[in-house]
Amino acid sequence: MISLNVNGESHSIDADPEMPLLWALRDILNLTGTKYGCGVAQCGACVVHLDGEAVRSCVTKVSRAGGRKVITIEGLSANNDHPLQKAWQEIDVPQCGYCHSGQIMSAAVLLRENPNPTDADIDAAMSGNICRCGTYPRIRKAIHLAAAWQAKGNGR
Amino acid sequence: MKQATLHARKAGVIIALLGVVVVLSSSFRYVPHGSASTRDSAVSAQAFMKVYSVLMSPRCVNCHPAGDVPLQGELSQPHAMSPQRGDDGKGVYAMKCANCHQAVNLPGPHMPPGNPNWHLPPANMKMVFQGKTPRELALQLTNPATNGNKDKKKLLEHADDGLVVGGWNPGEGRALPPLSYAEFKKAWRTWIETGAYAPAK
Repeated sequence: MISLNVNGESHSIDADPEMPLLWALRDILNLTGTKYGCGVAQCGACVVHLDGEAVRSCVTKVSRAGGRKVITIEGLSANNDHPLQKAWQEIDVPQCGYCHSGQIMSAAVLLRENPNPTDADIDAAMSGNICRCGTYPRIRKAIHLAAAWQAKGNGR
Repeated sequence: MKQATLHARKAGVIIALLGVVVVLSSSFRYVPHGSASTRDSAVSAQAFMKVYSVLMSPRCVNCHPAGDVPLQGELSQPHAMSPQRGDDGKGVYAMKCANCHQAVNLPGPHMPPGNPNWHLPPANMKMVFQGKTPRELALQLTNPATNGNKDKKKLLEHADDGLVVGGWNPGEGRALPPLSYAEFKKAWRTWIETGAYAPAK
């Protein structure tokens, strides 16, 4: 049995320690907001936070997450009201939407570590998150907007 | 006549001495490694050429890039998705090395190789290998100001560093360095213990 703390809740799951964390999240804990994209850490669709870092859950073994804090898109905020989530809605960032939970989870680490990022900072942080619909300009715009809202006190 | 001969001899001695100085300065940089009895510039420089063949292989040079993006693959191309070095050499923001690179290699081709200490040299001492000649790299490695503050003891110990040794466990589909680890370590020790001389070029 492996002990996981996901979105503030403790779980004890019966899984092979080698199982990718993504499998445990989606198939065992039914947290399907995190997406499977490539399975080889190339696309970023599966990004979740592991002790605050934006790990790719498709290549992170569930044993690595044992005893540590996992946050998925479902747990990023209490009411889907993280500045990034609100900015994503305001700007209507997604097209197909598949990559965006990973995009938002990566952007959340950026804004935590750099509350006022430049375009270059955004590129450096987000270059590992691929969007086949090409929504990159809107992603950048939304991150700037979220940064501005965050500076005003975590809201609009 | 005698005086003229004496002058000629003195001039000859001076020219010979100058010649020795020129040869030494152009061929080797003396580094106070190894006792006088163990110093051997020829053996040392020869050993370094073996070391160099390993350090310039993809397994080493890929994480000692000239720029701030690591290299990858057998052709040492810039790493896909352009991860940045960061101040500590461990990446930036959502693009930190350990976000993809686990503590161990993952099975299968094209999967991220792993090591518990995966990183590049830090921004304040980049320890670049890419593009360096044998001489340039040897001089860089023997200078604490450019080698990560390593004295002779630490330099010798560096051959046992987990990330260095990890070069011989590169994961599926990646070539090993051109020497075995044992051969590399032997050449590394020989180079340092015989004086850590730099080759001529």
